[in-house]
Amino acid sequence: MKHHVTTTVNGDEVEFLCETEQTLLDCLRDELELTGTKEGCGSGDCGACSVLLDGRLVCSCLVLGVETNGKKIETIEGMATGDKLHPLQRKFLEHAALQCGICTPGVLVAAKSLLEKNPNPTETEVRYWLAGNLCRCTGYDKIIRAVMDAAAEMRGA
Amino acid sequence: MQERVKSPKFDVVGTRPVRPDGADKVTGRAKYGADHNVAGQLVGKVLRSPHPHARIKSIDTSAALAMTGVKAVVTRDDFKDQSSEFVPAGEMLVNYRDVVRNVMAREKVLFEGHPVAAVAATSESVARAALRAIKVEYEILPHVIDVVEAMKPDAPIVEDGMITVGVTPPPTKPSNVAKRVEFVLGDIEKGFKEADLVIEREFNTKPVHQGYIEPHACVASVSEDGTAELWTTTQGHWIARAHCARLLGWDMTKLRVTSSEIGGGFGGKTVVYLEPLALALSAKTHRPVKMAMTREEVFKASGPTSGANVWVKMGVKKDGTITAGEAVLKYQAGCFQGSPVQPGCMCAFAPYDLANVKVVGFDVLSNRPKVAAYRAPGGPISEYAVESVVDEIAEKLGMCPIELRLKNAAKEGTKAAYGPKFGPVGMVECLEAAKGSPHWKAPLGKNQGRGIAAGFWFNIGGETTVNLQLNEDGTLTLMAGTPDIGGLRASLAMMAAEELKIPYEKVRPIIADTSSLGYNFVTGGSRSTFSSGLATVEAARSIIKQACGRAAKLWEIPEDAVTWESGEIKPAGDNAGKFKPMTLTDIAKVAGKTGGSIVGVGAISAQGAAPSFGVHIADSEVDPDTGKLTITRYTVIQDAGIAIHPAYVEGQYQGGAAQGIGWALNEEYIYGDDGKLQNAGFLDYRIPVASDLPMIETIIVEVPNPRHPYGVRGIGETAIVPPMAAINASAARATGVRMFELPLSPPKVLKAMKAAKKA
Repeated sequence: MKHHVTTTVNGDEVEFLCETEQTLLDCLRDELELTGTKEGCGSGDCGACSVLLDGRLVCSCLVLGVETNGKKIETIEGMATGDKLHPLQRKFLEHAALQCGICTPGVLVAAKSLLEKNPNPTETEVRYWLAGNLCRCTGYDKIIRAVMDAAAEMRGA
Repeated sequence: MQERVKSPKFDVVGTRPVRPDGADKVTGRAKYGADHNVAGQLVGKVLRSPHPHARIKSIDTSAALAMTGVKAVVTRDDFKDQSSEFVPAGEMLVNYRDVVRNVMAREKVLFEGHPVAAVAATSESVARAALRAIKVEYEILPHVIDVVEAMKPDAPIVEDGMITVGVTPPPTKPSNVAKRVEFVLGDIEKGFKEADLVIEREFNTKPVHQGYIEPHACVASVSEDGTAELWTTTQGHWIARAHCARLLGWDMTKLRVTSSEIGGGFGGKTVVYLEPLALALSAKTHRPVKMAMTREEVFKASGPTSGANVWVKMGVKKDGTITAGEAVLKYQAGCFQGSPVQPGCMCAFAPYDLANVKVVGFDVLSNRPKVAAYRAPGGPISEYAVESVVDEIAEKLGMCPIELRLKNAAKEGTKAAYGPKFGPVGMVECLEAAKGSPHWKAPLGKNQGRGIAAGFWFNIGGETTVNLQLNEDGTLTLMAGTPDIGGLRASLAMMAAEELKIPYEKVRPIIADTSSLGYNFVTGGSRSTFSSGLATVEAARSIIKQACGRAAKLWEIPEDAVTWESGEIKPAGDNAGKFKPMTLTDIAKVAGKTGGSIVGVGAISAQGAAPSFGVHIADSEVDPDTGKLTITRYTVIQDAGIAIHPAYVEGQYQGGAAQGIGWALNEEYIYGDDGKLQNAGFLDYRIPVASDLPMIETIIVEVPNPRHPYGVRGIGETAIVPPMAAINASAARATGVRMFELPLSPPKVLKAMKAAKKA
């Protein structure tokens, strides 16, 4: 029998049915058709499926869909406001901080969560916060620069 | 078409605009392999061999087929056998006898993870249950994993009856050595006699995986009339079409392949794994079938690159002149022939202008997944070994490693050991840039060492088609067919804009499917910006020619009395000044009335590809208690020809370096005695994470390729070649001990340091 789950996704109340073993990642992608959240490993090692659950950064592949009942989920699809990209999104484009782009949604969600907690991170702090988000294309250099630059802009520096 | 670059001053080329596909990629809108769904689709899953080597005695699928929700099962019986011959598929030679066995085991399973059956079911859980219900009877055979073991006379034979090619007279006994290749230049005996110092070393490297974050995924849909759609994450959808059509016995025209956005490939997505299975399952059910690999499947059953055993001997005079270079390369191919040992041989001594070279390579089978291309396939292994010896020579001679390399560097006119003479190349310029870099002069801290190494990789051309259409409002749509992994669409739009003298934003590039555009060979061989760039320029020039023709028609003057000047079509000669110049937008508006739509096509076999040399500087620091090496500073210097979009060129340099750092320090396939892979996940197969790396400095050297209108060289692959030797050299100085095996993992480094202390 499937479970009936009611959650808030990017500010909208949504309902879905899921099997007990279905992860939040599967529910987002297969039940809600929100495919911006990516699966790279399914074991919590790559961070491509990063989302915020009640404000906390999690790998959605390590959370069950049924656990999210009554909770607030934020995904990459909710990051831009209207036609305005979030400063992180804009800085990623300006700095060419993505190549293939598959890790990008997870990195952006994780970076947003960092800047909410620490608006003025050092390079080392950014590197350690994003250590759970694997990128195979960029060597991280431009990602780190884009995050630092976005942080500076958001601080009004 | 092909002309020498007159001036590197352009309006658009060399700037850093935002990529056309950027917004979709930062908002989650871009559709990758697993992001496409079709109404009514089934889930396909693969049953894989638990054994590294076994004969398949029987496969019983009846229980699985009887399950509710299971719609189809395919096994070896669903694929016709293919004859053993190498036939062209684009630029590649492919043996379909092996391809059909790689996608689905026939007589034997040859590695742990080898597909044995595939099912299509109404849900993931039903599909998994169906896999468990399939009964396979195996006769387990002895296996062999290591390349040196596999070459021994008593080793288990992976491919029954295989006789080594390239040996005269041919051996009478089967072995695991598929092929022997040899490249000779001059006389190495003479060269070694002239040497004052001869160094001989043996190296070992482990297989490493491309590590793309996006697992293989596809959706296949076969209609009742036999036409089919395939959506897949691939580096070459025309090649995917060719392989699938061949394995399934279909006409190519019936199969339309769309390449999704691709989440990394690095060579590993130039082959088919799931696609023929999904199509076969869909053909049986006439339902769409979606398949995706798990990360474990990616590691166990998609191509890593070879591990290898490499022996190098080099002779040098006291003044630093290298007199001879010799190498023997033994590369793992996996379970079918076709390791990158040949390019490994060709690259080994390529950075140097040498009179006497001999390189021998062996392509060796073992019970591992068949290797797939990985960024500069073959090059990083042989050049790691040679460059490590070059560094040791510099140390023994008391010479600066840059000066030693400058003394022997390949330059325009150098005859490479593999045959051709180089055109203008940037090896010397890269070395000079390294010498002048702030990094090379910076002081080092405690427990730190600095290493430098050079690298070489080819660039290929090949079949390429680009279609440019002039829209009614004067904007342009550009269709290319080389999948864009990291900024290609930006580079192509920039070259079109440069050529047509219009704003970059007015060109919208897309990657077209196999039914919408002429043939395109894969994104590989560092060719996409080079080849699709050439085709784009040709298509743009065709647009200009047609537009001039339309103006001539309107003005009622001969076509040759019309010229194109700085983005304007003008009457020339006797008619100069008689008519108001027209822009492309003016022509676009009247295209319908002057002859119809204006479409430019560049359909070429791209010639004039030019290789790229690079030099890397690495600083590493060793923790004397644990043996852990940390890269504290890193600089990539590489010849780009001309960088079209410098930010994406830098990105290739940085990404290649990071992959090389992983190869040097952490990454390896670890097998147990049981022949099973022990680290098939990102936790245990550790690719570099953000906190492992420093910023990666880049210096773009520009020695233009004279055979490309914008001077482009292929640059994507070279950057993975130098890191292993550069880091090995830096580690030798940081630890005080030379090591000859990758990866330089902490236990290995600590052991080497302890052994050196005792001695």
